[in-house]
Amino acid sequence: MTTFILKRLAQSLLVMAVVSAISFSLFNFVGDPVNNMVGQDATREQRIEIRQQLGLDDPILTQYTRFMGNILSGDFGLSYRIKRPVDELILERLPATLELVFVSAIIALAVGITLGVYTGIRRKSWVSRVILSTSLIGVSLPTFIIGIALIYVFAVHLRWLPSSGRSGTVDLGWWKTSLLTVDGWRAILLPAITLSLFQLTLILRLVRAEMMEVMRTDFIKFARARGLAERAINFRHALRNTLVPVITIIGLNIGGLIAFSVITETVFQWPGTGLMFIQAVDFVDVPIMAAYLVFVALLFVLINLIVDILYFVVDPRIRLGS
Amino acid sequence: MTELLKIEGLDVEFPTRRGTVKAARNVSLTVNPGEVVGLVGESGAGKSTIGNAIIDLLETPGRVAGGSILFQGEELRGRDEDEMRTIRGDRIGMIFQDPQTSLNPLMTIGAQLVETIEKTTGLTGADAEARAEELLAQVGITEAKARLKAYPHQFSGGMRQRVVIALALAGDPDLIIADEPTTALDVSIQAQILDLLKRLCRERNLGVIIVTHDIGVIANIADRVVVMYRGEVVETGDVAQILGAPNHEYTKSLIAAVPRADRKLERFTSVDYIEGDAKPFSRIDVQNHWLGQARSDRQAKAAVEVDNLNLSFVLQKSLLKRNRRMLQAVDDATFSVAAGETFGIVGESGSGKSTIARMIAGLYQPDSGQIRVFGEDVSTRPASATARQARRALQMIFQDPYSSLNARMRVMDIVAEPIRYHRLTGSESETRQVVSDLLDHVGLGAAAGLKYPHEFSGGQRQRISIARALASRPRILICDEPTSALDVSVQATILNLLKDLQEELGLTMIFISHDLPVIRQMCDRIAVMRHGQICEIAEAETLFEAPTHDYSRHLLDLMPRMDLLGTDRAVPA
Repeated sequence: MTTFILKRLAQSLLVMAVVSAISFSLFNFVGDPVNNMVGQDATREQRIEIRQQLGLDDPILTQYTRFMGNILSGDFGLSYRIKRPVDELILERLPATLELVFVSAIIALAVGITLGVYTGIRRKSWVSRVILSTSLIGVSLPTFIIGIALIYVFAVHLRWLPSSGRSGTVDLGWWKTSLLTVDGWRAILLPAITLSLFQLTLILRLVRAEMMEVMRTDFIKFARARGLAERAINFRHALRNTLVPVITIIGLNIGGLIAFSVITETVFQWPGTGLMFIQAVDFVDVPIMAAYLVFVALLFVLINLIVDILYFVVDPRIRLGS
Repeated sequence: MTELLKIEGLDVEFPTRRGTVKAARNVSLTVNPGEVVGLVGESGAGKSTIGNAIIDLLETPGRVAGGSILFQGEELRGRDEDEMRTIRGDRIGMIFQDPQTSLNPLMTIGAQLVETIEKTTGLTGADAEARAEELLAQVGITEAKARLKAYPHQFSGGMRQRVVIALALAGDPDLIIADEPTTALDVSIQAQILDLLKRLCRERNLGVIIVTHDIGVIANIADRVVVMYRGEVVETGDVAQILGAPNHEYTKSLIAAVPRADRKLERFTSVDYIEGDAKPFSRIDVQNHWLGQARSDRQAKAAVEVDNLNLSFVLQKSLLKRNRRMLQAVDDATFSVAAGETFGIVGESGSGKSTIARMIAGLYQPDSGQIRVFGEDVSTRPASATARQARRALQMIFQDPYSSLNARMRVMDIVAEPIRYHRLTGSESETRQVVSDLLDHVGLGAAAGLKYPHEFSGGQRQRISIARALASRPRILICDEPTSALDVSVQATILNLLKDLQEELGLTMIFISHDLPVIRQMCDRIAVMRHGQICEIAEAETLFEAPTHDYSRHLLDLMPRMDLLGTDRAVPA
């Protein structure tokens, strides 16, 4: 197992090195940041001074070494637009995104697995058919349309929930959370549901397919022949055996949730990293874009590492060998 | 004495879109306590259906349409699911064919036993665990306490089947239904499992129904036999009577088709009663045909020579050499096969017999050693042009007729592929003609070329495999367990076909099997393998009459005793 994890770690390092190289190249290929920082009436001298301050005139290799050194010490430079350290900005916004992703992942898992198990076992009931056809909406409609539809129904029409923003936050000093107040929950509900729908459908369909596969196996038949209760068969025997492929997909998709949150955060004006990224793109705020890229890649790599370790926990065949 | 189980007039139907399939018709049988009843028949005879119908676990959409199932005097038909659940496991235990898949891979043996014991006996916690340990000990698993914490994949096949039996016994049932309990196991393990079942049957006064296609199993364990054919019981009787003096034509055919281990016959007894597979051959005259053109006169040179062949597989990878675990699959094997002879390789699973075949065929690259085909070294990589040429003379027929044919290609294209690849014909129309002739010759008929593999039965598919192998005009055929997935009657026709082809085309054959009677009927010389090593190479008759190596003797001793079948089995007209 140690060998395996070491190997994975080495691969992760390689991925991170490549991603950081790409994010560094953003500085040289995406427009001239100086134009965005200074006003129309800036003099030539002012421009040159800024260029020198930012180190844009140094050779590429020097710039890259400096960039990597800074990254490793957690320094992503100053935002061109807001003129504040990027790492500070990201850390400020991170709680909002992570809470959103967390809540929507919980929704997707809880609802997706439950409905997947149900439709996998009661394949022919009309409830299953309704669930399956409805779930098609989850995959076929783009996130922003679902988001706007939810806003229209629950915020504009019924006036139950706020349409945008993140209210009711409590500052814990190192983390601003919206999960401790009713207002916070009301605000997070719509964006979390919007974000979860696609993943929910995917998990539902995957769990259903895997359940149907497992229910056909000999050990389920043998469990029946021993007279075990239906509940024990469905959950203790069948569900656990569906988990290995499900974990793989879920792992990849939590990364996907963070990536998709860009759109959801824009629709709901949720003050998370996704919204910050979109604004950064508008203003060609390269340090933020580069840092965001590295940050998302790091998340993906970490999640995949966790997924690989989860295999060991779930499946004794991988854990123990034969 | 009252019967433990009495089935009368049982009908089982499977409604399908194309009408109702009657899987069992008017089946009656009885089982007494302390008795082993063998339910025998070939695939599709409905024998497993009976077992499933008793505990009401028919695959959907199957249903019992008529008749009665009396168990200890109570009617089992028409019970609801909750009532059936108190019978399954508690009073009727079930054992399935494949121990690899009958156990939940993610739960320890102990957890699976304990949940079953808790359900069937009401014991809980430490009591249930103690009982689980006791059960494992009873089915012959040593260090039971420690083994409770192990997962199924840490057991061998035979041990797993013992665990399955322990699970079936957990509720102390009165009846055990064993559905092909030894089919997936080696012959030595089979003998142990059958002994165990028989002992449990006697000790606990259990009734046992053993569902099998294997006459050898029946001869070893059954007290009474019920023979099924196409959903109907054709004959019921004492084991000695059924095997020694069968009354029904089908039973006679079935028994006649069992390969004999005691004497070598010119051909396998072909079975006329069992229709469907063998159509009359419209055979071609090979001498004047494309197929016969590659035939060369027998050469003095050996067809295949194998020198000091070695191959090991990595069982556990590790960066450190000392942590790596290797398996020596083939250990210094040396033999040679003369042109025109049939060379048998026999051994249990894991003995390396298939690995050797795959190395000769070029599917595995040996670690060391040399393989020569008609004197040409074919074991070096990259292969020289002459080596490739030599290798074309060598074709393989695989065990599983289901996975060895590409399901998305027409039979015509499957057979034509080697011809097209090697450009063996002058034109496409000639290719088509050759393929039609080949399909005719193996007994399928030219029309088969337009169909897809799934439209054929196992035996027919194996004929397609043979036609495909012949298509490159080989001089050597490697047959890796070509009939072990087939019914015994089909096996006889396929083996006869192989013998005919060998005769006509002067083929050299390397024939791999775990089945000693089949090996005796097919082969001129035989190599016995164990743990990757060749124990003994001998003339077939010498090996069977006077084996010299201890392991050969051991294998021969394990062969199911067929004394009951009589020495001069009548050949049905």
